[in-house]
Amino acid sequence: MSHQNGVNQPPRAARKRAVKGRALLISRLVRRDIRLHLAQALLFVIAIAVASATLTMALSLNGVTNHPYAATRAATKGPDVVGYVTAPQAKNLIHDTGVAASSGPYPLASDTIRFDGRNADALVEGRVTAPAAIDRPLITAGSWVRPGGVVIERTFADALGVSVGDRVTLNHKSFMVAGIAVTAAQPPYPNLCWGTAVVSLKIKGGRETSDQGACANLNFVGEQRNVGLVWMTESDVAGMVSEGHGINDYALDLRLPNPADAQAFANIHTFVPGRSLALSTWEGVASADALLVNDQRGVLKPGALLLTLLAIASVAVLVGRRLSEYARRVGLLKAVGGTPSVIAGTFLLENLVLALIASLVGLMVGWLVSPLLTNPGAALIGTAGAPSISLSTIVEVVGVAIVVALVACLVPAIRAARGSTVDAMNDVARPPRRRGTLIRMSRRLPIPALFGLRLVARRPLRALLSAANVAVTVAGIVAVIAFHADVHSKLSIASGLTAGGLSDPVVNRDEQMLAVITIMLIVLAVLNAFFTTWASVLDARRSSALMRALGARARQVSSGLVVAQLLSALPGAIIGVPLGILLFRAAVQAGSLPSPLWLITIVIGTLVVIAALTVVPARIGSTQSIVEVLQTEAT
Amino acid sequence: MNTTATAAVNAPPTVLVHAKGLRKEYGSGEGYVHALDAVDLDVSRGEAVAVMGPSGCGKSTLLHLIGGLDRPSAGELTVAGQRVDQLSERGLAHLRRDEIGFVFQAYHLMDELTAQENVELPALLAGYSPSEARARATALLEQVDLADRGRHLPSMLSGGQRQRVGIARALVNDPEILLADEPTGNLDSAAAYDLLRLLGDLHAEGLTLIIVTHDERIAATADRLISMRDGAFIDETRLTGGSRGNFGTFADWERLG
Repeated sequence: MSHQNGVNQPPRAARKRAVKGRALLISRLVRRDIRLHLAQALLFVIAIAVASATLTMALSLNGVTNHPYAATRAATKGPDVVGYVTAPQAKNLIHDTGVAASSGPYPLASDTIRFDGRNADALVEGRVTAPAAIDRPLITAGSWVRPGGVVIERTFADALGVSVGDRVTLNHKSFMVAGIAVTAAQPPYPNLCWGTAVVSLKIKGGRETSDQGACANLNFVGEQRNVGLVWMTESDVAGMVSEGHGINDYALDLRLPNPADAQAFANIHTFVPGRSLALSTWEGVASADALLVNDQRGVLKPGALLLTLLAIASVAVLVGRRLSEYARRVGLLKAVGGTPSVIAGTFLLENLVLALIASLVGLMVGWLVSPLLTNPGAALIGTAGAPSISLSTIVEVVGVAIVVALVACLVPAIRAARGSTVDAMNDVARPPRRRGTLIRMSRRLPIPALFGLRLVARRPLRALLSAANVAVTVAGIVAVIAFHADVHSKLSIASGLTAGGLSDPVVNRDEQMLAVITIMLIVLAVLNAFFTTWASVLDARRSSALMRALGARARQVSSGLVVAQLLSALPGAIIGVPLGILLFRAAVQAGSLPSPLWLITIVIGTLVVIAALTVVPARIGSTQSIVEVLQTEAT
Repeated sequence: MNTTATAAVNAPPTVLVHAKGLRKEYGSGEGYVHALDAVDLDVSRGEAVAVMGPSGCGKSTLLHLIGGLDRPSAGELTVAGQRVDQLSERGLAHLRRDEIGFVFQAYHLMDELTAQENVELPALLAGYSPSEARARATALLEQVDLADRGRHLPSMLSGGQRQRVGIARALVNDPEILLADEPTGNLDSAAAYDLLRLLGDLHAEGLTLIIVTHDERIAATADRLISMRDGAFIDETRLTGGSRGNFGTFADWERLG
């Protein structure tokens, strides 16, 4: 007999047919294997999707406040430049040739605002009751300023907890909250004194300090985060200034012929020798609005790195387990003529397809969840909507997912392709090596412990993989707890700056971020633990049936399975602790670690959960017919 | 060179399998196993050879080496004109794919593929187009009386049917040699009968067969019987009843009985 694979065909046509045939074969094998091991494939996808989603969120936060700021600026007729100036400086600026129009100057004062036991510094801006041509704050509740009635910037009002109709105290005088408004002229609470573009040097109390933006000419301590904006009538502002002291500071809103020239205008007019002039541009205010999101990114990025590292570890363990089940398949493919490249290619392609699906799922989830996290906040109107996912974000997320899969799969794929065909086909449990000590020890043990020990000894590789899976789970928990503590310690520093009992919107949002990362990690850890126990119980099905056939009770068998699980889980849980610390250190260079008590609790807690998770499938398994299991497993 | 001489040079070799001093060892120390000990063997084209012996005597190892599933520790092994002991992993894969068909006691079908897809598998690996592979698989499934079972998964087939799928798979690339490792080991008498008749038909068509078996009655139908013990040949007998075309005599006798 002769084989005719393409012998009489032109080489090009034969090659084309061969490519088509191999493509069909590989796609068929990939599809069928995924269907056959759906749970493992799902876990693989979830592990990578979780990391991809977090990464997507971190990357898509870029520029999410741009649109809401533009909408707010348009709705409030926002100025191009705001000057914090003296009256003569204001006069000069108004008549400057580079200025197209102006509003103000509006008198400024500062004092502590108090409400319901909370207090904060307030920058008070005097306004006339008629709407201004430039910087017309948009009233979101109540009405505009009136004598004895103040309007509070919305993020500041939220942090203070005031509503329209409440009474607040400023300079020991009581004012009614007439309205709540948003503006594009000033950064929102708590970043009023932060982030504006122009920095001027001033002498305060005999020393040179750098003050920023709206706070430049006021008597606040530099760089504090506890300043909000209040509008009141000009006569009310005048009443706030101590007798004998006139108003020295004014806000002047300027419109330029071209808003894009705002920064250049500020640069020219700020740094003039002999003058102390603070100007802030609309771009500076926009970036101060974005500070809120920048902080979130600061939490999300290390979180994404943490989850990515964890995903690599989870996927590596999963691939190891998949490959041990894949061994017979590899043997069969080789026996019928599969070349090493076909074997490795099929395995790699399968995992890369899963990684690609996972990254797309992650992109989708990240895209859908991002609007919840990137809400522009009370400072701006409108919503960010779903952030646009740029091509670079897609490339980065898909690239990371592919790299994760490659890192985890490449070595096993090559090993599978190069391994012995006969060994792979005869993928049977290896008998444990005879160890006198082990036998003497196990002889004295109760049946569950003896069975558990035997199970671990029978499939040492599987036990090792279970241990690795548990190590990954514990590492994730340790890392996220360390991360939690680290973020909280940073947040408490930030909270310290917003003293006075006010809630800090930035801190609140950072905590939301942390909650998202924690939830994702818990999902990953629970799935990992569940998969580990379920797979181990399935592995032990034949041994369990055999034990029952030899007279062991179902309870003894399920206890034995728990013992086997714990025997492999214990070293995994212990190794997971330093591994988690390493993971945390890789994601966050500095930061304090959880206490030893916490670490011990994590190890014990994980073991308890694993024991509990083992009992359920073990009990289900013990109700199956012994004959059926033995026959099924024998073929 | 005249035409006759050229034809003689291009003619396929008469000896398909040639082994000299073939050894296979496993493990080391206490786990050292001497599976094959300096075996010499020649199998001619179209010959049916049965290999017998107790469990662990090395007969499956011999089959694995001839089939390119494993590599010898020492010695020479030539199969279909190729030095198996010198082939790369890729070369071995091509040998298995193009020259050899393997039938296993445990069937070794892919559980997730249908009967038809299992048969197509080596053809697709060999470079046939999907339609060619499908046509070949369909024809072979008809030949083994499983035309109506093509879409069934192995789990839905009986042992005999699975083994016939295994044979169809082994034949799909028109191999030079069919190697069968205890092909009837998991089958009942009726299924074993069908299988042996099928092997008999293939042998009658000129296919070279090497069958490892425990069953003397099956071995008696071969052209030659080799007995093994402790990794070595202890006896080799030319059988008259099993000459070409008569393979399957026992099966007929068994059925009648």
